[in-house]
Amino acid sequence: MQRFLNNPDDIVDETVAGFVKAHRDLVKLDPSNPRVVVARNAPVKGKVGIVTGGGSGHEPAFIGYAGRNMVDAVAVGELFSSPTAKSFIDAIKAADGGAGVAVLYGNYAGDNMNVKMARRMAAKDGIEVATVVANDDVCSAPLDERAKRRGVAGEIFMWKIGGAKAAEGASLSEVVASAQRAIDACRSVGVGLGPCTLPAVGHPNFLIEPGKMEIGIGHHGEPGTRLEDLKTANEVADDMVRIVLDDHDLPAGTEVAVLVSGLGATPVNELYVLYDRIEGQIAARGLSVHRAYVGNYFTSLEMVGATVTVLALDDELKRLLDVETACAGF
Amino acid sequence: MHAIDTPFLLLVFRTVARRLEENRDALCGLDGEIGDGDHGTSMANGFAAIVTALRAPGMAEAPPGQLLRTASMAFLNDVGATVGPLYASALLQAGKVLEARPDLPLSEFSAFVAALTDGIAFRGKARAGDKTMLDAWLAATHAARLQESLGAPPADVARKAAEAAEEEARATATMIASRGRAARLKERSLGHQDPGAVSAALILRVLADAVADTMGQGR
Repeated sequence: MQRFLNNPDDIVDETVAGFVKAHRDLVKLDPSNPRVVVARNAPVKGKVGIVTGGGSGHEPAFIGYAGRNMVDAVAVGELFSSPTAKSFIDAIKAADGGAGVAVLYGNYAGDNMNVKMARRMAAKDGIEVATVVANDDVCSAPLDERAKRRGVAGEIFMWKIGGAKAAEGASLSEVVASAQRAIDACRSVGVGLGPCTLPAVGHPNFLIEPGKMEIGIGHHGEPGTRLEDLKTANEVADDMVRIVLDDHDLPAGTEVAVLVSGLGATPVNELYVLYDRIEGQIAARGLSVHRAYVGNYFTSLEMVGATVTVLALDDELKRLLDVETACAGF
Repeated sequence: MHAIDTPFLLLVFRTVARRLEENRDALCGLDGEIGDGDHGTSMANGFAAIVTALRAPGMAEAPPGQLLRTASMAFLNDVGATVGPLYASALLQAGKVLEARPDLPLSEFSAFVAALTDGIAFRGKARAGDKTMLDAWLAATHAARLQESLGAPPADVARKAAEAAEEEARATATMIASRGRAARLKERSLGHQDPGAVSAALILRVLADAVADTMGQGR
């Protein structure tokens, strides 16, 4: 694939710089750390701070979710690589309005370690930090080992719910409880049709042969559960809905939010083709769609494919989901 | 009595930084086969950040434990991913050992290597055979302890530790990754050396050379 590239080593810094310029009404760069993007209005005195972070290459995640009633500060890592503990602690400090900070992030080894170390540093600085770890990727581990599952696009709902709860003036423990309930109510699945390449590596480290698809693929190309022949969009949509809802026994009448995200190189119109079928399949299970989001919300460089996330709503989650927000990604 | 003191550690850090810089592209290439291709960059930049931090006024006179704490923070501040916390924890653990025993003699070299290894094991929670840097560090620790128990002189202890790490780094090619980024490839990771184990062996070789030099000079 041909790329818009200067020096591959500068790609993350240039991405962040361009993002902050383009969205200066929403975000600013932390003055002491160019790998921390801060919501324009943060920190808000007396409000629980919301922090996330992760590797680059998933844009608009993670930086695109910094904004009002959403994430206060985002730690930015190298492509597909956890931010430093230093960037996490700097994000925590930037988000700290004196009421504690909730770090809401995805279940990956590097992020777990760096957040843990940042949390210890924050304790020394007298900042109370609590964490919620997203694990919505159904195919990454069996249901009875849910703690091992990776976090994918469900993280967006976790940030949305946690951010809205914090904006209401809730305490740290209340914010964390709502964010935890949000991710517990999320299930996601990915289907990959083509791999992605880190510019510095120069070749994809996994392949999907033409005519094949990988069901259950992860956000960095982690292997899926099935490699099979590419089917029609409707058949793929049916399979994705089946995987997500079979893992999550929802009573008929449950309202859900649905997020269909492209993985980077799939045209947006194909995402709508998937959604056309997905909504019908969800309805056929006796569920109703309260809100749908279709577009490139959480990508993986130029991977071809899509993820589907279903969030089961209750009264509180529905109310918080509907809170107005101002950020670039949502 | 030769000790794992500040001049020894400064020599080691400078040399490790230089060797990692020389091997930056090779390590990135290895990592590109089964990981995300940045291991050489992380290691070379991280140890360069350590060397920079250790140039600060007073560091040459600082006790070795403090030197290692400073190195740990410098690495952690510069490197993310999993490598950052792993080596930061290794250096911190070694720092704690040297704070308790500021005059740890080179004849107890295995205790120093074991502390580095403990830090990595504690932080990463990997096990032997998971195809990670820990495999090389564990092999070095076992070899160093064995040689010391046999009464080998420090230069031989350190050399055997480096050789064990190099052998284990080669052996990681026969292992299936179950931790770290390469774990996603499972059996597809067979035939590729783990870049973290290779860079660990490189560090242990520098340590062995430094021990040999120090003993040889009669410093």
